[in-house]
Amino acid sequence: MSVNEALDTARDKLLERAAPGRVQFEDLVIVPLFAVVAALMIGALVMLATGVDLATIGRSYVALVVGSVGSVAALSETLVAAVPLVLAALGLAIGFRTGLFNIGAEGQILMGGLAAVIFGFTFANLPFVLLMPLSLLAGAVTGAFYAGIAGWLRAATGAHEVISTIMLNLISYRLLDYMLSLDWVQREGRADPVSRSVPDAAELPKLLEWLDPNLRVHAGVFLMLLAVALVYWLMFRTKLGFEFRASGASPDAARYAGIRASLIIVVAMATAGALAGLAGANQTLGVLGRATPGFSAGIGFDAIAVALMGRSHPVGVLFAGLLFGGLEAGGRQMQVDAGVSIDLIGIIQALIIVFIAAPLLVCAIFPWGFRSDPKGGAQ
Amino acid sequence: MSVAETSPTRAVDLAAKRRTRIVGAILILLGAFLVLVFGDAPGDATFRLSRPRDTWVLPDLIVPAQPFIYIAAALTAFLGARQFLRGGGRWTTLSLGLGLGLAVMAFLVWATAENAFSLTGMLQATMVRAVPIALGGLAAVMCERVAVVNIAVEGMLLAGAFTGALMGSVIGGWGGLLSAVVVGGFFGFILAALVVTYRMDQIIAGVVINLFVLGLTSYVSSQVFADMRHLNNAPVFRSIKIPILGDIPVIGPMLFNQNLFVYGALIMVAVSTYYLFHTRSGLRARAVGEHPRAADTLGIDVYWTRYVHVTIGGMIAGFGGAWFTLGSVGRFDENMTGGRGYIGLAAMIFGRWHPVGALMAALVFGFTDSLQQKLALLNTPIPSEFLAMAPYIATIIVVAGLVGRARAPAADGKPYVKE
Repeated sequence: MSVNEALDTARDKLLERAAPGRVQFEDLVIVPLFAVVAALMIGALVMLATGVDLATIGRSYVALVVGSVGSVAALSETLVAAVPLVLAALGLAIGFRTGLFNIGAEGQILMGGLAAVIFGFTFANLPFVLLMPLSLLAGAVTGAFYAGIAGWLRAATGAHEVISTIMLNLISYRLLDYMLSLDWVQREGRADPVSRSVPDAAELPKLLEWLDPNLRVHAGVFLMLLAVALVYWLMFRTKLGFEFRASGASPDAARYAGIRASLIIVVAMATAGALAGLAGANQTLGVLGRATPGFSAGIGFDAIAVALMGRSHPVGVLFAGLLFGGLEAGGRQMQVDAGVSIDLIGIIQALIIVFIAAPLLVCAIFPWGFRSDPKGGAQ
Repeated sequence: MSVAETSPTRAVDLAAKRRTRIVGAILILLGAFLVLVFGDAPGDATFRLSRPRDTWVLPDLIVPAQPFIYIAAALTAFLGARQFLRGGGRWTTLSLGLGLGLAVMAFLVWATAENAFSLTGMLQATMVRAVPIALGGLAAVMCERVAVVNIAVEGMLLAGAFTGALMGSVIGGWGGLLSAVVVGGFFGFILAALVVTYRMDQIIAGVVINLFVLGLTSYVSSQVFADMRHLNNAPVFRSIKIPILGDIPVIGPMLFNQNLFVYGALIMVAVSTYYLFHTRSGLRARAVGEHPRAADTLGIDVYWTRYVHVTIGGMIAGFGGAWFTLGSVGRFDENMTGGRGYIGLAAMIFGRWHPVGALMAALVFGFTDSLQQKLALLNTPIPSEFLAMAPYIATIIVVAGLVGRARAPAADGKPYVKE
């Protein structure tokens, strides 16, 4: 009788795709490979259609590779872009596995990042060993709380998390604008909405500054690896993780087994929010040093794609995040070297997901790549 | 998953009772809030019902602010108390609706106290701002009635807006509008192909179309429009006043002195309601949404029906998208739909998968949207960011409190595999 049956059932299908029980080699390696190749080919067609000549297209794809993995600086940029994507996507992956379609990472990133900044400059006289971790924690807790609202609404009233997280995203933009105009948040002497900067003691330390001061890669990389390990442990080695997965795989069975569905929903959303909040804190404390309007820059939406591409598995998410980070960093190089707008990367990312989410389509395009025909799109 | 699927009726009763209580408590608190926060409004609030140059001029509506707010608060609290003690059934929704309406009126009076406010202007703006949301909602209704979840409405609106601007600049307004409809239909067809033929998950397909359209339109506008401005300079459809009807005070400017998109939206809502609920093929479409297996057994081509309706839904969204460029500014900006498609989706759910319901819900969003705009002129002490948040907070409250009893088409979101 639920109102939300529509979204529910659709989401169930999604979870089947996002969290398959056993993945095969073809699914895991060949499909993503073809997806990337096909996406790049269509990307080239789009460039041709907008009057970019062949030589420039060649140069732009070279720049894409060079800008993502071609040098230490490129690798540093790739990691900088990948860290928040992986963190936020890990949270979304937990949600997918639990049967929750959380579109709210964007808002949780904003709120978490803002909280980390506020904590950082408010307690500026704490030493580094306390201030940096506590600022990160402030971001994570705020993100968890913000996502928890949607989780609680879902558990208590059945309000669908797709709608409530979309609305919470829209609310977070306005809330950020408002907070950035408050006297105690806004930087002194600035008319535009920019927060005060965080003190050095709150910043995530740069890792390769001794090599070249322009290398931006920061300690968030360790945070990312730690989070991957932790989420893996949580999902596959703990009772809570089992309850998450059981609720996602079959809500009814989970309920009969005595799992408290409402509690699991709230906890899963809060965990996802904590990771997204951490991603936000990572941006403000590691990259920007302060909060500005819209500093999340769509990471929360890209993270949905990363989580889907990584099949909601922590290790898969890590690789998908590195790929998307590489595209991002390479895309910037592409813009500089070949003058092709970085927005092209958005098209390529979307196409990669299409091909990964629809194996039937990939089989239709590359019939010789598959030993056996997958039966049905959802398998 | 829903409670009712596994629990006996008692659980439903308990849930309904709890909702009744929650709504009652909310209304009582709302009444108290009105008195405490808005109770000290000085003077009178003046609402202009017509403009000086109108054919029939109505006198201004003058409301003494403080008494009005106290009466509204008392009524709200009474509704709440009644709801809390013995409400239930139809009363829950009705009371909440009435209570929220009274609260909005009280708020409006408070904001306008010792000031004047053009009600006509705001209603007209409400209608205009509701159009893309209503068309997005209507597009989603067409798709979901044949059991295809259409998250891609946002992308289709954006595609329509972009095409409207580009083709409008090249071949003129009507050509632009037609192209926008065609492109919207094209993305509807793509969505249908992905979810019907390739059985891709419907939500992923929708998210991907949104990502793709956002990427493509942003790419073209930064790659091409930046250098060639003449490609992004489309003519705008002006409003057309319908004789006589347009002169009716208050309602006239709202309904009968608007541009093509407002009339188009109203006509489409009427036509699609008639189509879905009073024609043979509408009945068949709904059958496909409710029970595709049965429909198939009766000889209805499920795949074909889904393709057709999702494509039509895309065309409606494309028309709605053209509103952003051909109906207002004539120029495309990156991501200019700004989430209207998602709000359209919410409007569809409030509207209970019915075209008229979606239109009504869209009007509520349009109202809050234009209210926020007009209030910015009245110098209320409330920060504009909070006014801008209001529709979204209202959405959450409504989704949490009201939608409990609406029902989606039974097969919604499920792919169908022919045997």
